[in-house]
Formats: sequence, structure tokens, C-alpha cells
Amino acid sequence: MPGTIVDDVELIDAGRGGGNPPPAGGDDDGDSSGSRRPVPRRAYFTALQLGLAAIVMFFMALASSYIVRKGLGVDWQSTPLPPVLWFNTAILLASSATIVVARKKLEGGEREAFRSWWWVTTGLGLLFLAGQIIAWRQLAAAGMLLATNPSSSFFYLLTAAHGAHLTGGILALFYVMFRPWSRSRISQSTAAELASIYWHFMDGLWIFLLALLTLGR
Amino acid sequence: MVTHENGGGHGHHQPPSGFIRKWVFSIDHKVIGIQYLLLALFSVFVGMALSLLMRLHLAWPTAKFAIFHGGQMTPEQYLALMTMHGTIMVFMVLTTAPQSGFGNYFLPIQIGAADMAFPVLNMLSFWTTFVSLVVMICAFLVPGGAPIGGWTSYPPLSALGEIVGPGQGGGETLWIVGLAIFCGASLMGALNFITTLIDLRAKGMTLGRLPLTCWTWFVTAILGLLAFGVLLAACILLLLDRLAGTSFFIPGGLVVTDQVITWHKGGSPLLWQHLFWFFGHPEVYIAILPGMGVASHLLSTFSRKPVFGYRAMVGAICGIGFLGFCVWGHHMFISGMSPYSAFAFSILTMTIGVPSAIKTFNWLGTLWGGKITFNCAMLFALGFVSLFVSGGLSGLFLAQPALDLYLHDGYFVVAHFHLIMGVAAIFGMFAGLYFWFPKMFGRFLNEGVGKVHFWLTFIGVYAIFMPMHFLGLAGNPRRYSEMTAGPFLQQLQPVHVFITYAAFITIGAQLIFLANFLWSVFAGKEAKEENPWHATTLEWSIPSPPPFDNFGGVEPVVYHGPYEFSVPGAADDYIPQHLAPNLVRKA
Amino acid sequence: MLSRRLERGSTSVALAFAVFLTFMTVVTVYIFWAKVWWFPPAISDFGHEIDAQFARTFLITGVVFVAAQLGLAYAIFKFRDHGQKAAYFEGNNTMEIIWTLATIVLFVGLGLYARNAWAEVHFMGAAPGALQIEVTGQQFVWNFRYAGPDGKFGREKPELVSASTGNPVGLDPTDPASKDDIVSPVIVVPAGREVELIIRSQDVTHSFYVRELRLKQDAVPGMEIHMHFTATVPGDYEIACAELCGLGHYRMHSMLTVMPEADFEKWEKDQEAANQ
Repeated sequence: MPGTIVDDVELIDAGRGGGNPPPAGGDDDGDSSGSRRPVPRRAYFTALQLGLAAIVMFFMALASSYIVRKGLGVDWQSTPLPPVLWFNTAILLASSATIVVARKKLEGGEREAFRSWWWVTTGLGLLFLAGQIIAWRQLAAAGMLLATNPSSSFFYLLTAAHGAHLTGGILALFYVMFRPWSRSRISQSTAAELASIYWHFMDGLWIFLLALLTLGR
Repeated sequence: MVTHENGGGHGHHQPPSGFIRKWVFSIDHKVIGIQYLLLALFSVFVGMALSLLMRLHLAWPTAKFAIFHGGQMTPEQYLALMTMHGTIMVFMVLTTAPQSGFGNYFLPIQIGAADMAFPVLNMLSFWTTFVSLVVMICAFLVPGGAPIGGWTSYPPLSALGEIVGPGQGGGETLWIVGLAIFCGASLMGALNFITTLIDLRAKGMTLGRLPLTCWTWFVTAILGLLAFGVLLAACILLLLDRLAGTSFFIPGGLVVTDQVITWHKGGSPLLWQHLFWFFGHPEVYIAILPGMGVASHLLSTFSRKPVFGYRAMVGAICGIGFLGFCVWGHHMFISGMSPYSAFAFSILTMTIGVPSAIKTFNWLGTLWGGKITFNCAMLFALGFVSLFVSGGLSGLFLAQPALDLYLHDGYFVVAHFHLIMGVAAIFGMFAGLYFWFPKMFGRFLNEGVGKVHFWLTFIGVYAIFMPMHFLGLAGNPRRYSEMTAGPFLQQLQPVHVFITYAAFITIGAQLIFLANFLWSVFAGKEAKEENPWHATTLEWSIPSPPPFDNFGGVEPVVYHGPYEFSVPGAADDYIPQHLAPNLVRKA
Repeated sequence: MLSRRLERGSTSVALAFAVFLTFMTVVTVYIFWAKVWWFPPAISDFGHEIDAQFARTFLITGVVFVAAQLGLAYAIFKFRDHGQKAAYFEGNNTMEIIWTLATIVLFVGLGLYARNAWAEVHFMGAAPGALQIEVTGQQFVWNFRYAGPDGKFGREKPELVSASTGNPVGLDPTDPASKDDIVSPVIVVPAGREVELIIRSQDVTHSFYVRELRLKQDAVPGMEIHMHFTATVPGDYEIACAELCGLGHYRMHSMLTVMPEADFEKWEKDQEAANQ
């Protein structure tokens, strides 16, 4: 899904090309070279919100297809959800907590602690993805493949779409960690804030999808 | 990933020097705008060539052409041309040129910004669009050829593969993949446009001082942002049905040429139609809204009068954008959906006529009492108004399910959407091009040749599309490769021949335009003044063509509304937006 | 200098524009008015209702069309640059409100008025005694099935479909109800009696379209869509496919024959005899 992954990328990466001077008053974002006016810090938040709106529309289209397709009824057999999903959910919720801690540490100037907590978050994200793959394997072992039943088709599709978006989030976490922020037009703390908003959103999206997959079975 | 290859990004502050950085992988919104326009220009000529072949075949179905194997066009070749004509025109011309092309070039300048909010993202969306065009055109080259399912690509015809028709194999797959890539490109573009307009406006550029062009680009971007994700989801579902054997859209128990399809069951063809048209109807407004903006802008500029009812115009633009998401069902009146929801969709669709009518009245109000000059830009803008009325009114028939029952999938529909989202939108683009050409290239398009181009085009499109209404009334279904099956269609053949002649002349006139364009870029009359039209918006306050960062590093300050023409008490009949109040010369 | 040059040409261009718009409007209205190309006469009750709604819509859109195009032509000519000074006004709220309300009443009223013509076809089902005919679309032919004397449609199975051996809809011979079913490539209906169509498709989406009935309905695979009509005028009418269904779409064609009740009964008997 080229389009959706790009959504993730642009939240953090997009448009660094300009590299702008700070406004006269001095903002914590950006450096002081170049002749262009700065892109204000809030633009990144605007763009993030818009990206999330587009992602919502994408998942709403899939979710309403799910509901409509289920309503047609005749051949729908509910897919038993692998129990590992609950473990994965707990992992993802925990990662939302650790990212909050990480940002607190960054704001408090505790860089080492920030790094550790940020790594923990990234690790939990990767663990979640691994757990999702285990869920797929268990389902496949039980004979439920992508084309077995519309219910299993949607299970694979929704989890894969969420996983792809979450992968974008993990790349963003790496990016926040490794980018040389001294040369950037936004600060690391702003980038971390943006990444964490996206991360929480992915968390909420997963809860929504899980509710759809369990309640709408 | 974008970021890593661009390292520190400091090199981009200064104008790039190498050819590749400057013209190919440029992050300058002006270059990207021109790239989009060139992509659309290439696409529109491809699309027209396809339509010309279709018209020739419709008029003389037994005629032989050297380019077809065996000489005569086969039905599947006709349908492949039709599918690709629709797809290329809708996505690569009507979606790219007015919004991504002109919008990219002039939205940042008109709001007083140095560039888009995210220049690298901007570059990325252009090149993604380019890739999607290449992928789609590749559909012609695979075995079986381009898909034959139309630009709407209804399953099961689009989902079952080659068994239901040539072109429905690899060609259809490439088509869907190309479309999915295009969705990604459009989402990136929409996000960038909206952010730029919200956060990068110059000091004093309040929402009430935005030129109407910017308002339309803004609303169009919102439509794109909310609609293309849905199309992307639909494309993914369709691809899975084709490639992975799922059954989202394919019902069970199908029999194709005596072969039972056993591996699909239970899907719903209507689900695709709902998803597609939820995107598809806003897409119509994506194509036409920027044209409305340009027309409003030019009618005001060249009748030397403020836009009549600026606030009502903004309200109408937003109203059309909002209602555009509530009416998709009117494409499905005969699809078997609930008659009650059909009726609800019908009333909502009739409602959308109201903001459209408000715009038309306001355009007339803008002209009223004015002092109209007729250069080519203005001629195309006036042509836009006329075509918008002609194309819009037939919508009142199609919005009523009882009447749509007769007209649906016939030539009346073809006439309707070509006039309003095809030709009117293209008139908007031509108007914009004649108007902004001196700013973009520092030279004028030739006015004399341009007038020939205008008249041939204006008369030509009416001669092509008006008769199609009558074909539709007589019951001629669309997407027929020839009209030979029954007596009533054979009677209509003379009309088809007439339309083909008209199409031939109209398309010929576009070659005149192409020659004018190419000649004027390099050798047209130089635009020495910054503001040759005595226009008010910010792009006319800077040199032609504008420098790399538009305003030379100085943020412009806006003091006036966008359309202050013939203001009583002022010496000149226009007050530029950036002119400080104490600098306005008194009469 | 630029503006002066434009000024000189403005009268001729304005005149040409106004004349063309007037000419285009007159020709268009004439062709509509004179019905040079027009609907064939309607042969059903709701067909007349639909035609009446068409007439109302033509009237309203026609008036708006003429007013807008001629208004544009007038404004272009009247306000061409001939050295005058442009007036200055930014709008008029009263007028905005008037034309907004006027168009709401006109357009939405028209839409509400169309309810009758739509409701007759779609909101109500067929009356109990209607003649049921099953319409099946497939690439690229129509087949019509009558239940025969027992009034019951027999079972159909996809795997039995075989156009080449004369079983295009896949009738199951083991079902007694299917023995007397009549399958015909043309549709014959009695005049004056209500007919209920059960529209379906075997492969891709088709659309059943008879101009004289003012009826068009997609045949969607996986769905059975019910439509009903009462044809009153005997004669032969063409059936076309109106939804793109593949390369043979243009030649997916059949005939509807409306005949008096007595003739219809004879036709049905003949078909049954041929079936034995």
C-alpha cells in the first residue's frame, strides 16, 4: 500500500528541504541560515492532523466494507481470534505509556533516560508486530487463510493495514532517535511530540479495529 | 525514504544549480507546478488521440486504420481506448492540471509564501504521480492490452480476470495498481496544500482576503484528502479479489461462458460502487472547483469590478464541497440499491444545484456594470460560465431517479459530464494559462492565435456535446463500440458522424494551441511589466518569472481584499493587495 | 498601450460572443422543442407519468438555460469596454437571499415532485396476480424464463449452465417444477396485464433497458431485483444492454413483444408444446 505508508513518512520527514531561519523572536525550532521565512512549528501539527484524517478515511472505508460485507451474511463464518492478540494489545498499550514517560524525560532534560524509554517504546512496537505475525501463523495453522472466508480476509487485511501504518510509526521513532537534530528546522522535542501523537493514534486505531473484529465477528 | 538522501537540506536554501536539481528533482513549487502542467499537457493529447480514434470508429465502424492489427478496430480495442481515455483524462488531466499544476505554482505566491509547507513532499507527490501514469500506460503493452471495464471498473467485470474479456488480465491489474499509486500521490499533495494555506499565509492575508482561486484550491484539497483514502481502500480490496482469491465484490454461483466460478462466493458488486462513487463524486468537484475559482478571479479582473458577493461565493464553494460527499448514490439509481435511499440521494443532489446557481448568478453580477476587456484569458473564463450553465442544468434531469431511469448510462450522461467536468474544467485551465502565462514564462501567449484557438474550441465543444443530449433522449446507450445492433441505433448514425467531424475540428484546434504554447515559451512577446493585466493579487507584485523564493526573502504584507477594482476615490482602477493604504493614489 | 489595443477589438468580440450564445441557445431550444430526436412513445402507465415529469423538468431547465445564456450574452455586449468607467459594488445581500431561496424552491421542489413517478416503479411491489418472468443476463445475451402452467419456477444450478446444449440458465431436470418452464431468447408479454420481472445476471453486471417502457434496471450478479410494469400498446420493442459488460456489450440485444392477452396465451401454449 504505497499511499498509506507515505502518510506515515510525511508526518515526520516531510519537507525538510527548506531549512528555514527562525523568526526574529527566536523559536526553539530551526537554525538560522538560509533566506526563506520559516515554516512555523504548528504546520507540522496541522500536517499530522490532516494525515491522521486521511488515515481515518482509509480505515473507515475498510470498516464500513466490513460491516456491509458481514451484513450480506450468507457465507460469513466468524474467525476465532488467536489469544495472542490480547497479549499484543497489552504490549501496544504499554508502549503508549512508555512513550509518555520518554517525552517527560526529554522535556526534563534527562537525555539518557529519554533514550532508554524511547528504545523501550520502539522495542514494544516491534514486539507487537512480531506478535501480530504469530497471530497470523496461528490462524494459518488453523486453516484460516486470506481467501478462506470474508471474515478471515478482513482479519488479515485490517491487521496488515494497521501493521503497515505502525511500521511507519516505528520508522518515525528511529528517525527521532537518530536524526542529527542540531541541523534541523524543528527540535527533537517537537519531533518526539509529533511521533508520540501518531503513536497514540495507532494505539487507538488498534483498539477500534480489535473492537470491530471481536464485537462484529 | 525521502529524508536521508537529502542530508542536511541546507543546499536547498539557495537556488539549485544543476539541471537535475533545478528541473527534474526540483523542490521549487513553481518548477513542480510546471512539471504537473507538462504531465497534464502530455496526458491530454494522449487522451484526445484516444477519443479521436473512438470517434472515427463510431462514425465509420467498418473503416480500416493502419494502426490496428487487421485494419479494423475490434470492440475490445474500442473499449480499451474508452477506458484509458476516461482514466487519463480524469486522473492525469482534470485532477492534476487545475489543482496540482496551477495550484502548486500560484497558491504559495497568492498567499505570500516562499514555497509549499513541505517542498520535498511536494516533489515526491509529483514523481509518484508520474510513476502512476507510467504504470497505467504500461497497461497498453501487456498481453491482452489495456482494460475494457471503463474508468469506473465495476466488478465482477473488473475482478474475474481474463475470462470475462481481453484486457481484464494484466492490463486491469496494472490499471488498479496505477490508480492506487495515484491515490498516494494525491493524498500527499492534498496534505501539503491544506497545511500551506492554513499556516503559511502572509501577514494580513486573512481568510476574508484570500483570492477565490485559493479558496477553491483549499476546498479541493480537502475533498482530495478525504476521498482518495477511500479509493485506495477500494483498490486494495479489488486487487485482493483479483490476486488473492478473496470475495469482497464477487458473488457466488457465477457462470462465465459455461464455466462455473467456484472459488468466489458471497461478495457484493454494489459495495465497490458505493466505495468508488464515495470517491467519484467528490472527484467531479476536484476537477471543476479550481476552474470556478479561476473564472471568478478573471471575471472580476477583466471587468474591473469586485467579485459580486464574495462571501456568498466562499459559502457556495464550501457548500459544494460538503454536499459533494453526500450525493454519491445518484450514480447508482439503477444499480439495485434501496429506492428510498435513492430518493434521499436525489433530493440532496437537487440541493447541490443551489450553490451552483448562486455561483452563476454571482458571475453575472460580477460582469454587470463592468468594463469588460476581451483577451483570450477572459474569453475562456466567459466560455466557462456558459459551459457550466449548459452542463450543469442537465444534472437536474439526472438527479431525479425517475428520469435517470431512462437516461442512465446513455449519451445524455456523456454529454452532461463532458460539458461540466471535462470541457468547462478545461476552459478554466485555458483561462488560467492565458492569464498566468506571462507570469510563469515572462512572455505572452500570442493573442491572435489564441483567439482562433478559443473560437474553434468554443464552437467545437458545443457542436460535439450538444447533439449528445439528443442521442441520449433517443435512448442511445454509452460504451457501445458501434451502433449496429438494432434499428433505432442505426437511425442515429448521422448524428454520430456529425459529432466526429466536430471532434476532428476541435482537436485540430488544440494543435494550434500547442504550437502557440511552444512558440510563445521561447519566442513570445516579452512581458516587461510585472503586472500587465493590472491585477490585484500578490503574484503580480513580483517579477516574471518569479525568483526562486518568490518574494526575495521579504515577507509581503497584505492590506486589501483580493478584488479591489474601480474603488471610488482611488486614481487607478485597481488596488494591489500588498499596497500600503498610504500609498494608494487618490483620484 | 495594451489596454487601448484591447479596447478597440472589444466591440466586435463582444458582438460575436453574444451572437454565438444567442445562436447556440436558439438552436438548442429549437431542437428540443421540435423534438427532432426524441423519446419513442411510452407504452406503460408510469411511462406517461415519467414523461410528464420530463416535461416539467424541461420547462424549468429550459427557462433557466435561456435566461442564463441570454443574460450572459447581454452582459457581455452591454458592458464591453467602450471607454466607460466600471461601477463599484461588492454584492447585494437581498438579491443573494432571493435567488438562493428561489433556486431551493425550484430545484428541491422539482425533486420532490418526481417522487410520484419513482414511487410507482420502486416503492410498491407488483400486485399478487402479476405474470412473473425471470430475466437473466449473460455475456452477451438475454434469456427469459416463464414458470409455465404450474406457476412455479424450477430449480437452477450454475454447474448445469450450458448455452451450447440448450440450457442457458442451468435448469435442473430433476426438479419436477422445472419441467414446464419456458426459456426464451425474447420476451413476450400480454398487453394490459401486470408483469413482474425478476432480474439477475450469471456473470457480470448488465442492464435491462427498454426505451418505450422508460425502464432500466441493472442485472447484478448475486442479486435478484424485482421490477414491474404494465404495457398497454401491442408491438415489438428493442431491448438493449445499458451497463458495460464486456466486448460484446454493443450487440447484447433482444426484443420485447407486447401482444393481446389471447395471442399471448396461444404463444405460451406453442412454447410449451415445443418444450415437450
